[in-house]
Amino acid sequence: MIDLKDIRKAFDGREVLKGITTSMEPGKTNLIIGASGSGKSVMMKCMVGLLRPDSGSIHYDGRDFLGLQHKELREIRREIGMLFQGSALFDSSTVQENIEFPLKMFTKMTPAERLDRVNFCLEQVHMEGINSKFPAEISGGMKKRVGIARAIAMDIKYLFCDEPNSGLDPVTSRVIDELLMEITQEFQVTTIINTHDMKTVFDIGDKIVFIYEGQKWWEGKKEEVRQSGNPELQAFINASYFG
Amino acid sequence: MHFFQHFGRYILFLKGMFSRPEKFKVYMDRTLLEMNNIGIGSLGIVAIIAIFQGAVTTLQIAYQLISPLVENPVIGSIVSDSSMLELAPTITCLVLAGKVGSHIASEIGTMRVTEQIDALEIMGINSAGFIALPKIVAGVVMIPMLIVISIFLSNVGGVIAGEASGILTPDEYLQGARGSFLAYNLFFSLIKAFTYAFIITSVACFQGYYTSGGALEVGTSSTRAVVYSAVLILFADYVLTQLLL
Repeated sequence: MIDLKDIRKAFDGREVLKGITTSMEPGKTNLIIGASGSGKSVMMKCMVGLLRPDSGSIHYDGRDFLGLQHKELREIRREIGMLFQGSALFDSSTVQENIEFPLKMFTKMTPAERLDRVNFCLEQVHMEGINSKFPAEISGGMKKRVGIARAIAMDIKYLFCDEPNSGLDPVTSRVIDELLMEITQEFQVTTIINTHDMKTVFDIGDKIVFIYEGQKWWEGKKEEVRQSGNPELQAFINASYFG
Repeated sequence: MHFFQHFGRYILFLKGMFSRPEKFKVYMDRTLLEMNNIGIGSLGIVAIIAIFQGAVTTLQIAYQLISPLVENPVIGSIVSDSSMLELAPTITCLVLAGKVGSHIASEIGTMRVTEQIDALEIMGINSAGFIALPKIVAGVVMIPMLIVISIFLSNVGGVIAGEASGILTPDEYLQGARGSFLAYNLFFSLIKAFTYAFIITSVACFQGYYTSGGALEVGTSSTRAVVYSAVLILFADYVLTQLLL
């Protein structure tokens, strides 16, 4: 469980997050939705420690994320996997080197064990046999899948995905959604997805948090979204389908 | 005020680099790779510059000093000392600031804007140390070696130009070079090379690491890395010469 309490963050005096309090349910797919510029990316960056909130607290299973020392913080980060919007694969490394990188850095696995793990991760994302390809040689959808494989290479507890469907065609987008759902269920990870794709919300969302102008405007289960009665959320859904 | 902010951030960046490596072997591998990129990758341009530098200096010194009162070996002595004290370290490092510095800044800048550095941080890796430290160590080891090669090739260029133009024989050149050789001059040259190598690599890493935006900003960081390194090299040149000669 990840608990956020009264998270605030401002840039150059402009408050982007205005006191967000919410929680991410363990072993579920938690979706943060909202329009561009609403603050959802900043919220995710605060949650993974890429940005430090100005005030508030974040707890990972009771551990105070913002109060931890550098070393303990790194330990928690090893429980976190992240799929970036642009995949963020290392250009100069092959697919295999990308996936085995965290294993090389943090485990004592032998090269053969690492290879087994890499192949297992690639199998999970249905990308077997592309070990020797470089990121520049594979498509955007494949990069996302390799990004997921790298994120799950370590035994992670939390999987963060920043706009996993951006720049993908509807079919590939659906494949990525299914993969994320499979991984969440199979590995029992807490998945947090930042998106404005309503199809993803209704396909794989367990818990939905709607961010509007830097505030948590609504949260609930996906079944409750349509009946929320929240005018901004309804406008967002309608705009997503018809805009 | 802006200068002090940047300088403070640069010092913190350097301090942040020196934490315990997550895995020494991986850092070592990366350092060897960077040594190959910086050292072997720059050997060609350094050799060309050194040979022509030595050749041109020989011709110019001869043009200015040719007189029945000045013996030919003096030309060899001046070219050899100039190469060692100033031309090889300073000119070569100004060129390397362009070649190596811009490459490092644009490589790290691209990693920043494509979120590769964020990916390292998420994994719990000290990204500044992981990315910058191997490059700085590789630069500080390899650039002085390049300077030593450059000093040697400058003299080769001087010998060739002297012989080809009929100004002085190789024996006369070597007699002058040997006669004026001081081990301290070589030591001074290496001090300069270490200092410049640190400036080139650390400034480029810093500029690349703090890139924000997109392709345009990567270009800006790369340009800044070259300009700042060049200015700092010239400043350090003056300070070191004042202090050590």
